[in-house]
Amino acid sequence: MSGTDNVALALRTPEQPQPYKELGMNEEEYQKVRDILGRRPTSSELAIYSVMWSEHCSYKSSKVYLRQFGEKAPKTDKLLVGMGENAGVVDVGQGWAVTFKVESHNHPSFVEPHQGAATGVGGIVRDIISMGARPVAVMDSLRFGAADAPDTRRVLPGVVSGIGGYGNCLGLPNIGGETVFDPCYQDNPLVNALCIGVLRHEDIHKASASGVGNKVVLYGSYTGPDGIGGASVLASASFDEESQAKRPSVQVGDPFMEKLLIECSLELFQRGLVEGIQDLGAAGVSCATTELAAGGSGGMDVRLDLVPLRDPNLLPEEILMSESQERMMAVVTPENVDEFMAVCARYEVPATVIGEVTDTGRLVMTWHDEVIVDIPPRTAAHDGPVYERPVAVPADQAQLQADTPGRLPRPSTRDELRKTVLWLAGSPNLASKEWITAQYDRYVLGNTVLAQPENAGVVRLDDETGLGVALALDGNGRYTRLDPYAGAQLALSEAYRNVAATGAQPLAVTNCLNFGSPEDPGVMWQFAQATAGLADACLALGIPVTGGNVSFYNQTGSTPINPTPVIGVLGVHADVRRRTAMAFAAEGHKLVLLGATREEFGGSEWAHVMYGHLGGLPPMVDLPAEAALGSVLITAAQETLLSGAHDLSDGGLSQALVEASLRGGLGVRVALQGDPFTELFSESVARAVVAVRPEAEARFVDICQQAGVPFTTIGVVGGDSFTVDGLFSIPLHELREAHTGTLPNLMA
Amino acid sequence: MARVGVITFPGSLDDRDAARAVRIAGGEPVALWHADTSLQGVDAVVLPGGFSYGDYLRAGAIARFAPLMEEVIPAAKAGLPVLGICNGFQVLAEAHLLPGALMPNAEGHFVCRDQRLRVENARTAWTSEYVQGQEIVVPLKNMDGRFTASAETIEELESSGRVVARYMDVNPNGSINDIAGVTNEAGNVVGLMPHPEHAVESLTGPTTDGLGFFTSIVKGLINA
Repeated sequence: MSGTDNVALALRTPEQPQPYKELGMNEEEYQKVRDILGRRPTSSELAIYSVMWSEHCSYKSSKVYLRQFGEKAPKTDKLLVGMGENAGVVDVGQGWAVTFKVESHNHPSFVEPHQGAATGVGGIVRDIISMGARPVAVMDSLRFGAADAPDTRRVLPGVVSGIGGYGNCLGLPNIGGETVFDPCYQDNPLVNALCIGVLRHEDIHKASASGVGNKVVLYGSYTGPDGIGGASVLASASFDEESQAKRPSVQVGDPFMEKLLIECSLELFQRGLVEGIQDLGAAGVSCATTELAAGGSGGMDVRLDLVPLRDPNLLPEEILMSESQERMMAVVTPENVDEFMAVCARYEVPATVIGEVTDTGRLVMTWHDEVIVDIPPRTAAHDGPVYERPVAVPADQAQLQADTPGRLPRPSTRDELRKTVLWLAGSPNLASKEWITAQYDRYVLGNTVLAQPENAGVVRLDDETGLGVALALDGNGRYTRLDPYAGAQLALSEAYRNVAATGAQPLAVTNCLNFGSPEDPGVMWQFAQATAGLADACLALGIPVTGGNVSFYNQTGSTPINPTPVIGVLGVHADVRRRTAMAFAAEGHKLVLLGATREEFGGSEWAHVMYGHLGGLPPMVDLPAEAALGSVLITAAQETLLSGAHDLSDGGLSQALVEASLRGGLGVRVALQGDPFTELFSESVARAVVAVRPEAEARFVDICQQAGVPFTTIGVVGGDSFTVDGLFSIPLHELREAHTGTLPNLMA
Repeated sequence: MARVGVITFPGSLDDRDAARAVRIAGGEPVALWHADTSLQGVDAVVLPGGFSYGDYLRAGAIARFAPLMEEVIPAAKAGLPVLGICNGFQVLAEAHLLPGALMPNAEGHFVCRDQRLRVENARTAWTSEYVQGQEIVVPLKNMDGRFTASAETIEELESSGRVVARYMDVNPNGSINDIAGVTNEAGNVVGLMPHPEHAVESLTGPTTDGLGFFTSIVKGLINA
């Protein structure tokens, strides 16, 4: 075929100008490609390098910081597969392993909320499948602009219907997450989707193409012009006026095909037909072929014209960059190809042999017999550019920290305190998210033990033994803006606390790091601080990072979002029947506050809701106290000493009591010792409030004392109001109205 | 032991859950594949929830033409107990084994909630373990759950006691007369929009109220 750029032509026309800048490469990177190849790249090769070396795929600005998650990793024998694979794999006992990962789909979700969010779920689910695991649950962490902003009413319902439409149709329960509103996300919503999968130890699959002569099979959807350039152009460029013009480059999801892919892939694994596997996500065929080849015998021949197309007019460069969804690539031994094809046919999943593993050390692609790609695959997949970007403390950082909330007028009268409880309970960030979560199926698969609004999602893995896992996903952009090192640690602390509150032993960590432009030294400083904070805290708590995702360029013009590391913590329950739920539903049980309360309001929900104030320092991090609190909550669950437990975080004790009380449908009566404002609304860390079974009170005190966790009996469960002795009493129906009415009213 | 088949269509989601419910009720679940042509001699069949064929075209409209449905339809007409849950109900309606149709929810989006129901007919093959008028709470989760039929059909269903269950407290999807489930004239085929298979264990369900649908069939078959 004439007109297609090929290697022979590239050799003959070394000076032909190439659009590397339009593809997001700088001159230095382009020159590096020329040096690697010893000639100019063909347009197909340029396509491959441009997507593989994009920020999104290569982590070129973050790599130097992400290394410390490995270097500072705590010693553990729980990690079966570490970082670097699609998702880490954690041993949860009894021969079972779990893999989990969170990924961002922020920019596509702003451009086209429904499809952007839907394909975010689809992408993370395929990551989990490609580890050989059965996906068993999803979660999501969402951030939008101000709740009452007009654009939020466009973005939020679209994102929610996208996550629900895709996840519900896949048959994966949505077990939790978070939704946060803040004007800083106005033009940069964050959509971070998490998936967790389960497998037996012996079933782990890796992304590698080993065995010369093995066949390369592309299976799943046909390839179309979806998201062409999405990885390097859409996913890495900031939003500006051109966003609307980029609309066609958002991918469209087909959850039905993904469901078939899950079942088909699991049967392929079970029959032992897969030597290596890779999902096709950002950078599609480029990514899958280079990574599989780089991870295995070192070479691969591909006939690109065999890729089945939805649009027969696609050019080879477009096929390489297409981000069509619901596709996987497998390496299969020649004798297994027929059986592989038969399994795909049973599930009505198209499958095509497009290539073969070689030992040439080269990835060679042909297009109607012309060689259009001939590269060392490692150079695209692993040896991309690495940048140590300039770092500088943001100019306003000192001023921000000096502007403490101490100057803000505080509620002091009984009536003001009462109103503050109600305002907070009904504020968009703390209000019930049922309007959102009621659009998600939390029951499918029949193993959901706890789901939102519980402290953490809990799913059963084994019907017989009750083995299960808990997962929590937390982040706080305001804390991280005030102190990025502490902010990342506070996010980890909260997720750790949430998992422990259900009685699960925390085991491992995943993260999604949402930041502004890495070319902004202030943002890069935030990133450096946050990653160091997270790595140090993981070491201190003894739980390794198993994988993660970085999303840069979350900014509008020169204004970045609040730095928002979202941290997922995975915990294990030896027997989910002993989990602790958050509801206070047992009349007469004593309420005990665990942990110490300090006067801490920097970055608090109170300062945000009442004054839109952000300044000062976030609450003090106390990791030993988190670990001690966790040990108390875990032991108490194992011995079933508690009828309910709820962690304290945003909104402090007041909000925790409101939520646990409404969840259980019973009131609480408490007495406060110190300053009521601080006692009710401070956001000091390492705290929880629990309801203790009457027969277990003495034993529970023992456990707290042994662990050195401060405990204060503050009241009792019962009645039909939230009562603070001597101050105020709020009927539950009034609280419920305030707490549940907000979102429906905003979205009506 | 009663052998209860559970059909997996492409896009079925609650098939494992239905099988688990049969097992907990004391029956033997038998996995049936949509493309097969044999019911393997099962004593009853469950069409589970999900999004068969992605609900593309119309919920249940494509699954209704699956090869195995060629076996299910005559068997159901001959008295084989058949329960369609959610998407299964939609398939049964599309196959004209049950009257009416399931339209998109009135509010236009997916709804997942713990739903209170009143069992209106405790004489079907799938509800004999309940008493008429019994109130139960089971999960409801669907996109297209609004039961619709002609005024004539509704009148016939109501007057002949063929409404099996009705929504209480709130009508979550705009169904006519709060109808959550219906049966055929013979009472062997039942379609239900809520999901009783998700209310069979206190650990994972809001209640265990849904178990009765499965114990009804298991006990009924043993006694038969």
